[in-house]
Amino acid sequence: MSDTHALTVTFVRDTMLPPAPPPVGERGAVKWMRENLFSTPLNIALTVVGLLAVYALVTAALPWWLNSVWNAGSLSECRQIVAASAGEGATGACWAMIRERWHQFLFGFYPPSQYWRPVLALGLLAAALAPVLFAGQKRNLTIVLGSVAVYLLVTLYLAATPAGAFALSIAVILGMIGLAQVQPGRLLWFTLLYPALCFWLLWGGSIWSPVVVMAGFALLYGVFRLASPVIGLAPGAAAGILVAVLWWLYLDIPTARALQQALPFGLQSVNSDQFGGFLLAIVIGVTGITFSLPIGILLALGRQSDMLIVKTLSVGFIEFIRGVPLITLLFTASLLLQYFLPPGTTFDIILRVIILVTFFAAAYLAEVIRGGLAALPRGQYEAADALGLDYWRAQRLIILPQALKVSIPAIVSTFIGLFKDTTLVAFVGLMDPLKGVTQIVRADINWKGIYWEPYIFVGAIFFIICFGMSRYSMYLEQKLKTDHR
Amino acid sequence: MAMATDVPKDSFRLSMLIYDTRYRSYTIQIVVLILFAMAVAWLLNNTVQNLAVRGKQFDYSFLWQRAGYDIGQQLIPYTNDSTHFRALLVGLLNTLVVAFWGCIFATILGVIVGVLRLSNNWLIGRLMTIYVEIFRNVPLLLWILLSYVILSETTPQPRDFRVTDEMAAAGEEPAASMMLFDTVAVTNRGTNIPAPLFDRGLGTLDLGFMTLNLTFWAILAVIAGSIWVNRRILASARAQQEATGDRPVTWWKSILVLFAPTILLLVALGFHLEIPELRGFNFAGGILVAHSFTALTIALSLYTAAFIAEIVRAGILAISRGQTEAAFALGLRPNRTMSLIILPQALRVIIPPLISQYLNLTKNTSLGIAVSYLDLRGTLGGISLNQTGRELECMLLMMLIYLSISLIISSLMNLYNKSVQLKAR
Amino acid sequence: MKKTVFFGALAATTLLAGLASAGTLDDVKARGELICGSNTGLTGFGAPDASGNWAGFDVDLCRAIAAAVLGDATKVKFVPTTGETRFTALQSGEVDVLIRNSTWTATRDSELSLDFVAVNYYDGQGFMVKKDLGVSSAKELDGATVCIQTGTTTELNLADFFKQNNISYQPVTVGDDSEAQRQYLAGACDAYTTDASGLAASRATMPDAENHIILPEIISKEPLGPVVRHGDSQWGDVVRWTYYALLIAEEKGVTSANVNEVATSTTDEEVKRLLGVSGDFGAKFGIDNAGFKTAIAAVGNYGEIYARNIGEGTTINLARGLNALWTQGGLQYAPPFR
Repeated sequence: MSDTHALTVTFVRDTMLPPAPPPVGERGAVKWMRENLFSTPLNIALTVVGLLAVYALVTAALPWWLNSVWNAGSLSECRQIVAASAGEGATGACWAMIRERWHQFLFGFYPPSQYWRPVLALGLLAAALAPVLFAGQKRNLTIVLGSVAVYLLVTLYLAATPAGAFALSIAVILGMIGLAQVQPGRLLWFTLLYPALCFWLLWGGSIWSPVVVMAGFALLYGVFRLASPVIGLAPGAAAGILVAVLWWLYLDIPTARALQQALPFGLQSVNSDQFGGFLLAIVIGVTGITFSLPIGILLALGRQSDMLIVKTLSVGFIEFIRGVPLITLLFTASLLLQYFLPPGTTFDIILRVIILVTFFAAAYLAEVIRGGLAALPRGQYEAADALGLDYWRAQRLIILPQALKVSIPAIVSTFIGLFKDTTLVAFVGLMDPLKGVTQIVRADINWKGIYWEPYIFVGAIFFIICFGMSRYSMYLEQKLKTDHR
Repeated sequence: MAMATDVPKDSFRLSMLIYDTRYRSYTIQIVVLILFAMAVAWLLNNTVQNLAVRGKQFDYSFLWQRAGYDIGQQLIPYTNDSTHFRALLVGLLNTLVVAFWGCIFATILGVIVGVLRLSNNWLIGRLMTIYVEIFRNVPLLLWILLSYVILSETTPQPRDFRVTDEMAAAGEEPAASMMLFDTVAVTNRGTNIPAPLFDRGLGTLDLGFMTLNLTFWAILAVIAGSIWVNRRILASARAQQEATGDRPVTWWKSILVLFAPTILLLVALGFHLEIPELRGFNFAGGILVAHSFTALTIALSLYTAAFIAEIVRAGILAISRGQTEAAFALGLRPNRTMSLIILPQALRVIIPPLISQYLNLTKNTSLGIAVSYLDLRGTLGGISLNQTGRELECMLLMMLIYLSISLIISSLMNLYNKSVQLKAR
Repeated sequence: MKKTVFFGALAATTLLAGLASAGTLDDVKARGELICGSNTGLTGFGAPDASGNWAGFDVDLCRAIAAAVLGDATKVKFVPTTGETRFTALQSGEVDVLIRNSTWTATRDSELSLDFVAVNYYDGQGFMVKKDLGVSSAKELDGATVCIQTGTTTELNLADFFKQNNISYQPVTVGDDSEAQRQYLAGACDAYTTDASGLAASRATMPDAENHIILPEIISKEPLGPVVRHGDSQWGDVVRWTYYALLIAEEKGVTSANVNEVATSTTDEEVKRLLGVSGDFGAKFGIDNAGFKTAIAAVGNYGEIYARNIGEGTTINLARGLNALWTQGGLQYAPPFR
């Protein structure tokens, strides 16, 4: 067959032709556009509408951005510069205001010479979170602590930190990196110490007050350890709590005062009314979420509990807090809390706001954690029971570690929501970055009548922080996924 | 033999309250209850003492005193001679109306954006992603303030609509003009829309505690009746189709039943639109929708829609690819596939988180404070509280009302959710 | 047993907390700092500058009190309060004194359990409109849109005024002064109503001040003054007489510059008593005998405070008007210091 064929045909190609390029309509940008922009009439219409919208936005906003003014002393000066450079009637952004007042948007009225303290506290926050998130993972711990060290080197230098504090903080973080190589588990101690350290860094004053408060916790633990073998777990814990409470009530302040007289050491104290801007938002947000986590866990367990009264109270609390707007809770902090406390007690409005924000976050976290608990297969509970673990051991060793891990992304989004909601504190007279600081800036005669610039500046910072956190939590979700489905 | 039943019957000891699991839960509950009761008693005691120190009484009689202030947007008649309670009602209705329109717009926009985000159109997909991420990651307060500034800075003043004699003589156009066949005027104070008016209205019925607008209720009754009759017609058509296989033509009956009675009633009542016109400083006639309302509704809708879009997207992605392929195999077009196959199934995943978004939106209406929208918080929790100095009463009542609204919404939506969920048989 | 100890401790702390507030004056002295409720930012009357230092007409009175009580005008903590939170902040003891453009009314004095101790600024509610609106009297504002700050007495006055004149208006409530100004400038309201001083302050800072007029009608009396808690008359006296000391100082020509010199050279017995050179009047108020002298030295007399913050020549440019001394035809009158 093939022979005859070979005879009748004069030429037989024995190699393949090189593949011809696809037709113009099927390749490169044209193909991409056909497939992704103009595949159906509906898509064509959508693309056109989208392009028109983008065009309208750009033509409306671009001149304003291009005519930005960075050097001016007042809004009217800005307007003059814009009019001079781009002609009468042109509009332009006046970023000079941000240039002059950016520190107020970030720190409020925190003394400028002390800016290194919040900066340092923020860096150490990351260092304190790392041992929790990456327990025992040397590589990740080193990466995080290393970035914190770099961050501190740069920002502390920019914030003109006193040399001693600079050296000490770098030494601490380098020490932590070293410890991470040898005994990463020990880093948790830093996490436990961090709240007191952060408080001291931000508010200043004598170092002995936070030390003495922490000593109360040490006392609690010591009494518990000593007493529990003798009188049992629960009475031991009660005795520990009692001793600690007595310590805080009666010995705390005198001890701190005596120590301060003997060994005076402290930072310049900063009043909480000087807190403002993003510093205030972060302080309220982070404290709220930290303290609400244990309360949220207890509420979630209470809601899951078989005990009727405990369950009813938990459900009542959660539903009440979730049923009213945060703003009413803030007004409660500012208007009502004083009614519920013994006559004559007053304390800081920031502290009152933090308490109510903590309740608010706790109710939301309780629901998040309840979701995590519900996601656990029934077998886990049964397995814990079969091992003979009592309730708290089962929760601590089996249930909560898994439930919390499942809940991390939702906890992060609760935090993002809370962080955004901290802007509402402006309505009780605190200086949040969005409304409080902006209002103060606008009360200055030079900047009266400036509207877009502060909103855009503050909105951009919020976006960067929240977007970054949500992306990081998605990454974390992938990383923490240990089931092999 | 009796070994199994021979459990030692130990007598009750006090320590069993702690160590015996049979009794421990009771012990814990009683301790919790006592602690709770003590906490409540402590709070109440403090409150009573504080009230005494300040020489205040806890009573709500101020609600029936003259309010004395004016409210810009009122859905029910209100003057500054009305009581604080009336002001509360006006505020409550203002809260509800924002929540209502906000939920509707947010749902429509959210579903559209959620579907479009999955579209294979690259540009639209990216634009929608940008929209969702920007709105989700910036505080709502900023969007409210921004929409308000945009609305009041970019719209014309009422005087720009004016045609003076010189301008008419010179044939010049005014700087701004009304929209939609000269019926709607958007100024920097608000949107003036035509108002429905009746020449021969039915008047009102005074029930003592509230007055009923009979015209409104009559129209509502006729519309409800029409819808009911229409459903009867469709039901009988379906019955006939099932019995005989032929479906009778019903569309003209439906149209007639749905629209004719209402139109007849409107004509009988002398219905006409009152078109706003420029008189003096402002547009008079028609209904003025203040920008505080518009800005709040727009900002709430856009913000919540970004969250709803994510919920919708997740819901659609949760439906397995096989469903789409099966629908295509049956010859359904993509949009029919979406509306008949995907969305109904996705709905089950979507509704529970949607409920909490509706609740969030309703609670977020309290941010109207930023644009001084006089909602429940603005009237009861704002001006009334301030003028009477009764913060305890006002705040407690306000929280109670918000809590009731939330509970009602969530229970209604949960009922709906139950009706949509798969019936496990 | 343990329980009783614990609850005993709890009860004791509750009691202690309850007894802690004896008198505001002692509290302030013990604290070493005066907590003064201020505006969240009203140009000329009380606003912080770029570095967070508060300045203004009301702020200076706070500083004078701090100087009189504590001997140091800088020992003041300013707590910004909104129109809605201000009185609660005072009642709850969060602030010692509220000096924040608050109008003295019967309701506030009786029902809210507040004490207005003096009037440091006589004001009245007025209207500002744009010149090209062609309005020369508030009675021509029929049908106008009026911007008004919420949480103030002005809401009630406005309602009353329009009702009395049987004309209608559309209220636009706004949260604070800067927002009200934005709305007014954008034309979102035809008229802006607030205290005449506030209007003048706003007008002064507008880029086109000449295009705005303040209508002649003053529709209410707005006596603005420092407020203290009801029932603490000792503290009320200190605040009241610190203020009067500043007034007397102006009347007698004592200024921050010459106060030391006057104290040594004066022959006026009232000035001697005021400055603590003779008598023990300061001590009778429970403050340092030369406390009022310290206050005058720190912030100057009433006239100086006025001129520095809101007077003619400043951007706000308010004439003394009703707030001139009684000797010059105004209402500012201090009881004799004897």
